[in-house]
Amino acid sequence: MKHAQSIKSILNALDKKDYSCRELVQHFLTRIQAQNDHLNAYITVCSESALKHADLMDQARSAGTAPPLAGLPIAHKDIFCTNGIKTTAGSRMLNNFIAPYDATVVDKMSTAGTISLGKTNMDEFAMGSSNENSFYGNVNNPWAAGTIPGGSSGGSAAAVAAGLCAASTGTDTGGSIRQPAAMCGVTGLKPTYGRVSRWGMIAYASSLDQAGPIARSAEDVAILLNVMAGHDPKDSTSLNEAVPDYTQALNRPIKSLKIGICPAHFRDGLDQQTEQAIQIAIKQFESAGATISEINLPMTKHAIPAYYIIAPAEASANLSRYDGVRFGHRCDQPQNISDLYKRSRAEGFGKEVKQRIMVGSFALSAGYYDAYYRKAQQIRRLIKNDFIAAFNKVDLIIGPTAPSPAFKMGEKSADQISMYLQDIYTITSNLAGLPAASIPVGFSNNMPVGLQIIGNYLDESKILNLAHQFQLMTDWHIQTPAETTP
Amino acid sequence: MSRTDWEVVIGLEIHVQLLTAAKIFSGASTQFGALPNSQASAVDLGLPGVLPVLNPAVYKKAVCFGLGIGAKINHRSVFDRKNYFYPDSPKGYQITQLDYPIIESGEIEITLSNGSNKTIGVTRAHLEEDAGKSLHENFLNQTGIDLNRAGTPLLEIVSEPDLRSSEEAVAYAKYIHHLVTYLSVSDGNMAEGSLRCDANVSLRKHGDSKLGTRTETKNVNSFRFLERAIEFEISRQMEILESGGRVTQETRLYDSERDETRPMRSKETATDYRYFPEPDLLPLYIDQNYIDSIRQQMPELPDQKNTRFIADYQLNTDDAGYLSANTELANYFESVVDTGGNARLAANWVRVELMAGLNRDNLPLSEAPVSATELGFLIARIQDQSISGKIAKTVFEALWRNEATSAQDFIKANNLSQVSDINALEPLISKVLEDNIKQVEQFRAGKTKLMGFFVGQIMKQTQGKANPKQLNEILLQKLNSN
Amino acid sequence: MKINEEIVANIAELAQLDMPQEQLQEYLDSLNNVLELAEQMQSIDTTDVEPMSNPLDSIQHLHADSDDGFVTESNHRERYQKVAPETEQGLYLVPKVID
Repeated sequence: MKHAQSIKSILNALDKKDYSCRELVQHFLTRIQAQNDHLNAYITVCSESALKHADLMDQARSAGTAPPLAGLPIAHKDIFCTNGIKTTAGSRMLNNFIAPYDATVVDKMSTAGTISLGKTNMDEFAMGSSNENSFYGNVNNPWAAGTIPGGSSGGSAAAVAAGLCAASTGTDTGGSIRQPAAMCGVTGLKPTYGRVSRWGMIAYASSLDQAGPIARSAEDVAILLNVMAGHDPKDSTSLNEAVPDYTQALNRPIKSLKIGICPAHFRDGLDQQTEQAIQIAIKQFESAGATISEINLPMTKHAIPAYYIIAPAEASANLSRYDGVRFGHRCDQPQNISDLYKRSRAEGFGKEVKQRIMVGSFALSAGYYDAYYRKAQQIRRLIKNDFIAAFNKVDLIIGPTAPSPAFKMGEKSADQISMYLQDIYTITSNLAGLPAASIPVGFSNNMPVGLQIIGNYLDESKILNLAHQFQLMTDWHIQTPAETTP
Repeated sequence: MSRTDWEVVIGLEIHVQLLTAAKIFSGASTQFGALPNSQASAVDLGLPGVLPVLNPAVYKKAVCFGLGIGAKINHRSVFDRKNYFYPDSPKGYQITQLDYPIIESGEIEITLSNGSNKTIGVTRAHLEEDAGKSLHENFLNQTGIDLNRAGTPLLEIVSEPDLRSSEEAVAYAKYIHHLVTYLSVSDGNMAEGSLRCDANVSLRKHGDSKLGTRTETKNVNSFRFLERAIEFEISRQMEILESGGRVTQETRLYDSERDETRPMRSKETATDYRYFPEPDLLPLYIDQNYIDSIRQQMPELPDQKNTRFIADYQLNTDDAGYLSANTELANYFESVVDTGGNARLAANWVRVELMAGLNRDNLPLSEAPVSATELGFLIARIQDQSISGKIAKTVFEALWRNEATSAQDFIKANNLSQVSDINALEPLISKVLEDNIKQVEQFRAGKTKLMGFFVGQIMKQTQGKANPKQLNEILLQKLNSN
Repeated sequence: MKINEEIVANIAELAQLDMPQEQLQEYLDSLNNVLELAEQMQSIDTTDVEPMSNPLDSIQHLHADSDDGFVTESNHRERYQKVAPETEQGLYLVPKVID
């Protein structure tokens, strides 16, 4: 079971030469080859470069020059630019785009010795909560065929859950790490806005986008965050704050922690078995000595409209560069420049992307800006103020990650708004820029349920501390789905 | 109605390319004239995943300009995205500043040909990125896009609608050009597009308080074209208004070959720019310490220098204006004064001898063969009467032609010092008078014209080095003493 | 608020998205859905609330020491133009543009 081990045990086994980096990578590649046709978690598999890199890591290990994560097989969401490797962002628009540089995240992970097995499937330009908006097809949830893996980092979460990589990277604009992590039964963290560089990460909504790890446990997430986090002079919005060793705080007792519960997270629309799983987890925290108290986030219900104005507004501008001139899809035989733009964009973008570009362009247009965009940015501040008040009373806030477990493909795709409501618990932390994680805490209808832990700014250590302590008490995170193919 | 019934109202928007090695949001070079797209970085091309990072040199230049026009430097300024599609705008938006520009409320004083002065308000100046270039000529039915210029830092300087004629507009534009060049905010190279004007022109009847409908004539890149474009617009609008028509608010282009403006057909016309704060860049906070530190590093402004030259050196306004207009020349002049002492003499030498030499040999001041110190030394020698002005010119010429390494050595080597020593002059004069008894008698009889003859004789003997003033004194004393 | 197909067509023009007549209704519906959702924001009094563009209200730090900014980029034209649909003589080609 090389593919379902913790990062620590994999590194340990490589240290002890139980297997080589090449053997480990080959093992994962074989699994991908066997299962990816069904799961569709990867858009691009990089067998050759992964094996080459594995050999280099084996040599470095023998020479004693190995970087800390030498030989750890991972996967990158296909939103991160990877030098010389196709980078699609799940879009037809970039079906022919070979990125000419590495994202900072990719560069840092590679410098730390991780080996990229490939690029994972995602909702087009990270717009979606089910991975059904990918030009490259749906991703099957490893826990049940025909069920969505969540989105937009659906491929990354599914790949970890199915043992097609040891860990993966994702991005989270409105819940795109946490929601698929919850639905696939894995652990994912969206760090504080600015904690991880956005350079080379294809933009959806610049003031909300944040990269983070998806892995099997809080401990694995901490190990990866150590590598991913840090100031990047190439990203003006990245925070110039020291990066702590996130593994240091994992073993602190949680006795003194004050945990807040928000009643707004337990209202109508929350799946009953999900609520039960969450309630049990709360009891477990309480019995471990944490203090549970109620807090209020009265603006929560306005987060969805604020988000679905702000994110499309930023996206409408971020996606203007896809014009068929310098890269990406170009329509056949453009008659004039406007025809080139309009047809290239109409053909290159999928429906959800176009809808959001339309919403965003409208919200910014003359006469509507104040009522929509400006209003949403004001509400955003009120949402942040809610959190500031709450974090004066508690250390962490917990609740469900998503209102329901993974649903069947096609179930919500006809109803835009009910799909948007998938993000109701996750988007507030994007709007406020706060760190938040999702950890597996049980099942509903045999599908994994995620618990969300929101922390104050730069309190990733506290989040991971609570998550790790929970994972020491429980075994939800080590449960794996039945193998779908031999 | 005639031209005098209408009041012309002009406001200028001047785009100045800032003189920085790298671009505003990337590390690519801003060097003019490179091979197409060889200076277009991933950021300049707007490739997926790239992010802008503000070049600190850019706000430094902007603050410097703001201080130069006595403007308010905003402690907080914000970058915005201006959305429009055009092939030379690679991201589909331009990063600019809308509501919170870096500079607001400055003013400058222009001087008109009739000698009068007028104060023109500068509403604001904001930072933005330049676009690339579209090349239409080389391809059949296609346009080539060169993005080397994309991301070049621009400061857009917006005037109040205070200008009332093309003459005022040109004087204002020239002042801005002079100031940005003087402060090294820009290289001011108009042929390379470092300074481009957009002219907003409208007409109204005298006494009307409401402004008429304006047109904006874009991208005028010479002062002469600016004058022509404005004149054309004034005549065109007047014709429309006088025949009872209405001026259409529109963007126009000046066609220098036909000497006319015409409406722009496509770019940026009547579109909704959907501005919003640029989320990839954070608001820029400029604290007072920073502003003060830039102020300290700033060169003295031309106007300040001019005033000082008049007050401290007693120069006339003409000399002061000429010498203060260019920092390098002003510095040279002040170095000459430092060694030479006499400022008015120094001003004269710099303006006449130095400039003549530079013009004749087509040399920049930095390559002048005579250093300010050498010229200062010459002026000091004229002052202490050890050489005459005429000799000084000889020395200056020798230095200029590199026939001498220093003025001092040359004067010594060629024995050019004036004989001002009474002990040396007196015997010479006595000898000349003794040798020319006849002329002395004629002089004493009233033929005073012979003075020149005696001076000439003595000068001949001293090879021109006798101090003329002393010579005259002693000579007269001797001729009149018997 | 409700909008109509004409507004949708205008927005599609601003966003440079080809949108045939028969698609207008679909995009109109989705736009109306979101605007309806957004309507509830109007119930919140946001007088004197400063809009928030950056979640951390971060500011740009001044670099007083770095003088003229360094050129850090070299010529990568060949690499960058590998992904371009059409180039010639180092230029990106588009259908003829008229000023």
